[in-house]
Amino acid sequence: MRKTSWFNVVSLTTGFAFLYIPIIILVIFSFNKSKLVTVWAGFSTKWYGELLSNEAFLDAAWVTLRVGLWSSTIATVLGTMAALVMVRGGRFFGRTLFTGMIYAPLVMPEVITGLSLLLLFIAIGLDRGATTIVLAHATFSMCYVSVVVSSRLSTFDQSLEEAALDLGCTAFDAFKSVTLPIIAPAVASGWLLAFTLSLDDLVIASFTAGPSSTTLPIKIYSSVRLGVSPEINALSSIIIGLVTIGVLTASIASKRAIRRQQIEERRAIG
Amino acid sequence: MSNNTPFAPWNDEAAVPLIQFDGVSKKYGDFLAIDNIDLKIYPREFFALLGPSGCGKTTLMRMLAGFEEASAGKITIDNKDMAGIPPNKRAVNMMFQSYALFPHLNVVDNLAFGLKRSRMAKSEIDGRVEEMLRLVQLQKFAKRKPHQLSGGQRQRVALARALAKAPKLLLLDEPLGALDKKLREETQFELMDIQEKTGTTFVIVTHDQEEAMTVASRIAVMDHGKLVQIDTPDRVYENPNSIYVAGFIGDVNIIEGRVSHLAGEEAQLCWAEGTSDIRGMAGPKIQKGEEAAFAVRPEKVALSVQEPIERNNRVAGRVEDIAYLGNMSTYYVRLENGNLIKSQVANDRRISRRSVTWNDQVWLSWSDTAGIVLPSGGNPS
Repeated sequence: MRKTSWFNVVSLTTGFAFLYIPIIILVIFSFNKSKLVTVWAGFSTKWYGELLSNEAFLDAAWVTLRVGLWSSTIATVLGTMAALVMVRGGRFFGRTLFTGMIYAPLVMPEVITGLSLLLLFIAIGLDRGATTIVLAHATFSMCYVSVVVSSRLSTFDQSLEEAALDLGCTAFDAFKSVTLPIIAPAVASGWLLAFTLSLDDLVIASFTAGPSSTTLPIKIYSSVRLGVSPEINALSSIIIGLVTIGVLTASIASKRAIRRQQIEERRAIG
Repeated sequence: MSNNTPFAPWNDEAAVPLIQFDGVSKKYGDFLAIDNIDLKIYPREFFALLGPSGCGKTTLMRMLAGFEEASAGKITIDNKDMAGIPPNKRAVNMMFQSYALFPHLNVVDNLAFGLKRSRMAKSEIDGRVEEMLRLVQLQKFAKRKPHQLSGGQRQRVALARALAKAPKLLLLDEPLGALDKKLREETQFELMDIQEKTGTTFVIVTHDQEEAMTVASRIAVMDHGKLVQIDTPDRVYENPNSIYVAGFIGDVNIIEGRVSHLAGEEAQLCWAEGTSDIRGMAGPKIQKGEEAAFAVRPEKVALSVQEPIERNNRVAGRVEDIAYLGNMSTYYVRLENGNLIKSQVANDRRISRRSVTWNDQVWLSWSDTAGIVLPSGGNPS
């Protein structure tokens, strides 16, 4: 192993401090007794208790969860289908353009995506509410799913599908009983990615949300504009905790599953 | 075979072929992968498609499986036109080069995969799977996943899975390519045994001429999308119809010259100043006075120190190199006109007793029927 130089230690500490000091401060102040956010008055968990009796926050949390589940599921189905066409479709007219167009939303400014979706929903007369947020989130997170799934598909041995066809499967049956079980870990991690993106999103949601349906990020943002309350700190700490646990479990599980699958497949192919 | 007549339906005018190619071509863009092929394969045959990579043999097989459509011509299997019929609607199964075992299923589920997609009762499926496991002797490994099996076991699972639906035709794409030499040789005999037991027609694609020679009832040698020769292994070896086939199957000496005499099956080749003409069998499409090439296998060329005056075909030369292969040695003899001729001699004595060594003057000779005169052109590879 290489010797740890003081330079490395310093850059590491600075980097992590830069990233995590704000979050740590937020978590600490969520346990503050005082109503004043910036003045420490002793340890207390009362803000967590108050949060649980705040109807508006709980409603927003419920909306966020529902939107996340629906939009990530839709995005996973569409994204997997797009990935299949991109990796398996062979050459067809406009393939490069199509591939580029699937990836483009990754770099598209969210404001533009949000605005264009808003205009679309108004044009077709769709009332803004949870449904429109679901559609909007599915739209932008679909490309993330297709990136994850297509990278898995590109290492997938196509003769497995041919073998399924040869043994009497229809194309759909072959996908369902051979391809899907094998790429399942990648599909699952695509779903988790889409779900996380949906939970986090503020910009697109605020364009497409209606008065009756407020997601948690919108709720937090609008409350902060009226002044930061320790309640928000408590809520943010809970979210940080959940996201940390979720991301860690998902990445560990999917890495393990993908590695195991690839080893199995490699061995099966010999 | 119970009777004594050899299995040779291709010589029988009344025999009905299982597979028929009529003027089949396949184009990929401008590239002609299969060039106007006519071919008949009969029931119970073990038919080998042999050729270098890129000769079109795999494309031909994939057309039988239904993964590729012919650009022109007609393919019939069991008298049914196969145009537009997808792989899952054909009584044809394929054993893939990569085996393509389903990694998420164990051996039993892999074997039952195709059966579950036919109209077969659950109990029948179990029975058939059991039978297949017995056929390839994998009963003990029934519950294992593919990655828990050795290469040879996986190969047998792949074979059993392809045979489970009792197809009329089994396609094998380089089935033994991933096995080491010793296992490959054992498996070749197993394959032949299983083919005979099940009575299935096998079509095997291989680039390994020894493998083709061992297992096949007939071999089709392919080059650049064309069938160069279709014949039994011994005829392909002994009576190649071109220098290409002679060079592709086994080792061969080629001497170029001009046909000086042609009468029935006999031909003579004038090849160098001051030497007598070589006598050999007449190959197809040669004409008196035309350029031609004489092909003779190294093991048919005898090496001696004394001039073998009893033989018409004898030439003198100097030993340039000796390759000792254990059971036999190959002597590379340089003739006076510069030709290099290989002679293969069985090592029936210990090496220290060998009488011929480097730079010795020796005589090479062969019988009048040992070699064949072929039209020139087409390099042996």
